[in-house]
Amino acid sequence: MVQQKSLGRSIFVGLNYFLLSIMSALCLIPLINVLAVSFSSSYAISSGMVKLWPVEFTLRSYRHVASKSEFLHSMLIAFERVGLALVISMTLTILLAYPLSREASQFRFRTGYVWFFVFTMLFSGGLIPSYIVIRNLGMLDSIWSLVLPGAVPIFNVILLLNFFRSLPKELLEASLIDGAGQWQTLWRIVVPLSVPAIATLTLFVIVGHWNEWFHGLIYMNSPDHYPLASYLQTVIIRRDLSLLTDPAEISNMTKLNDRGLKSAQIFLGALPVFLIYPFLQRFFISGIVMGSVKE
Amino acid sequence: MLWFRKRWKAELPFHMMALPSVVFVLVFCYGPMAGVSIAFQQFVPTSGLFGSEWIGLDNFQYLFSMPDTKRVIFNTVYIAVMKMIAGLVMPIFIALLLNEIGKKAFKRTVQTVIYMPHFLSWVILGGIVIDVLSPNYGLVGDLMDWFGLPRVFFLGNENWFPYILVSTDVWKEFGFGTIVFLAALTGINPALYESAVIDGAGRWKQTLYVTLPGILPIVVLMGTLSLGNVLNAGFDQVFNLYNPTVYSTGDILDTYVYRMGFENLQFGVATAVGLFKSAVSFVLISVSYLLAYRFANYRIF
Repeated sequence: MVQQKSLGRSIFVGLNYFLLSIMSALCLIPLINVLAVSFSSSYAISSGMVKLWPVEFTLRSYRHVASKSEFLHSMLIAFERVGLALVISMTLTILLAYPLSREASQFRFRTGYVWFFVFTMLFSGGLIPSYIVIRNLGMLDSIWSLVLPGAVPIFNVILLLNFFRSLPKELLEASLIDGAGQWQTLWRIVVPLSVPAIATLTLFVIVGHWNEWFHGLIYMNSPDHYPLASYLQTVIIRRDLSLLTDPAEISNMTKLNDRGLKSAQIFLGALPVFLIYPFLQRFFISGIVMGSVKE
Repeated sequence: MLWFRKRWKAELPFHMMALPSVVFVLVFCYGPMAGVSIAFQQFVPTSGLFGSEWIGLDNFQYLFSMPDTKRVIFNTVYIAVMKMIAGLVMPIFIALLLNEIGKKAFKRTVQTVIYMPHFLSWVILGGIVIDVLSPNYGLVGDLMDWFGLPRVFFLGNENWFPYILVSTDVWKEFGFGTIVFLAALTGINPALYESAVIDGAGRWKQTLYVTLPGILPIVVLMGTLSLGNVLNAGFDQVFNLYNPTVYSTGDILDTYVYRMGFENLQFGVATAVGLFKSAVSFVLISVSYLLAYRFANYRIF
């Protein structure tokens, strides 16, 4: 393709780089803007000077957020939730994916089990019945209501069982012939061979539970029990909704400069995801492809 | 009989491994499914799941007699279908462009940046969107000033709102959506390109006759699978961006259920709406999976 360097091609290549740069900028600029606002002084923010770089750099917004006990408290709850969900969901996922990855000749009820679980992906009881079930179990205002209802992420189970199936069969057979039971084979052979897949799913679980805000909102009667995502929903989004309908409040807000505070909280809420992202990116492409495209 | 017992014993560990998951799914997934019986009751929260008075289809009748319901169903389908189309076209387009990039470092940087919004929640992104679109101080407003256009209160304007939903949804997901198509593009046999070059095909013709047919199966598959989302207009996004001024065009089934249940406390009617959505979605998802299985041999497990 050496002879292909025509003028048209050069123009296309130039345009292509330009367009993809624009698309990247569209994804990045709003985030940079929020970051710049969070580090700017309230005067600079309210006079509309802040675009992509902090003006009159200050940490005041962050200091104020860090002094709010609700913020810190909800962050602790979020960490607790992520920790619990991580242990419970990953254990259940591994334990379930292994039997479901066996052939029907080894595990007769496999297909029945699979349909039992996959049916929950096709049909759900919906919001209100789920709420009633949680309430009747006495789990309102308990952190377990955020962890247990989604304790078996079926989609992750399917990804993992497909990965288990791709492992060399001879290894598992050898282990069973050598007298190891199914439990030992799972923990000693299958799990160590599946570290990349398990790592991917672990990151999915962490990000999913860190981001999940709705269950906190409906299952917690008292805001004291909100995890960070639900708390942020109430301070970043809800207040803004009331603001939209009341013009008097808009001017009031600019004086107090709530915008810097909001921006700081948006950034802090997203920070753990940013920190995990490099690891996530390394793994998730293989994770997505292993589950979705099969011949 | 001995054979049967031996086999049962061999399979016992499998049952034990699955048991905890079965229990959780029974309680937290099948429990709510039984709970849809609320839709056929004059539900009184204090009298348990089956203790209220049974009223047959009254809740549904009430529901479909309300003008709001029809509007909400229309909004849901309208927004969801636009998202499905944009969510298919945009990733294909960007994947094709990315595929033409020779510089590895540039390609990887673009990928890193455009995948990222997918991993942030709609609380975070909603906060950012509200800020950027604000008529008073938002970045988009600045841009419109620069072009000499009047500032628009996008999130408070019922004509704009559905399109804001679609475009911000594309903004969040288009990058992540390219992954599947990029994988399909790298799977195309290089020999096809070589023979196309020998036949005198330029870059454009190669794209037209090799690349596009090469990814067509996966495009059809993704399109088919997305059919299950016709009633999924995106609760997280709408809930974090909408407000009463845009209910007429932005209210969707899921937000309707939420307000009916948690704000009006009409649990029976809200469950009826939810059941309507679940039932229709069940049919749509089943059909889309069946089609994908028939024509693309696609299986999820």
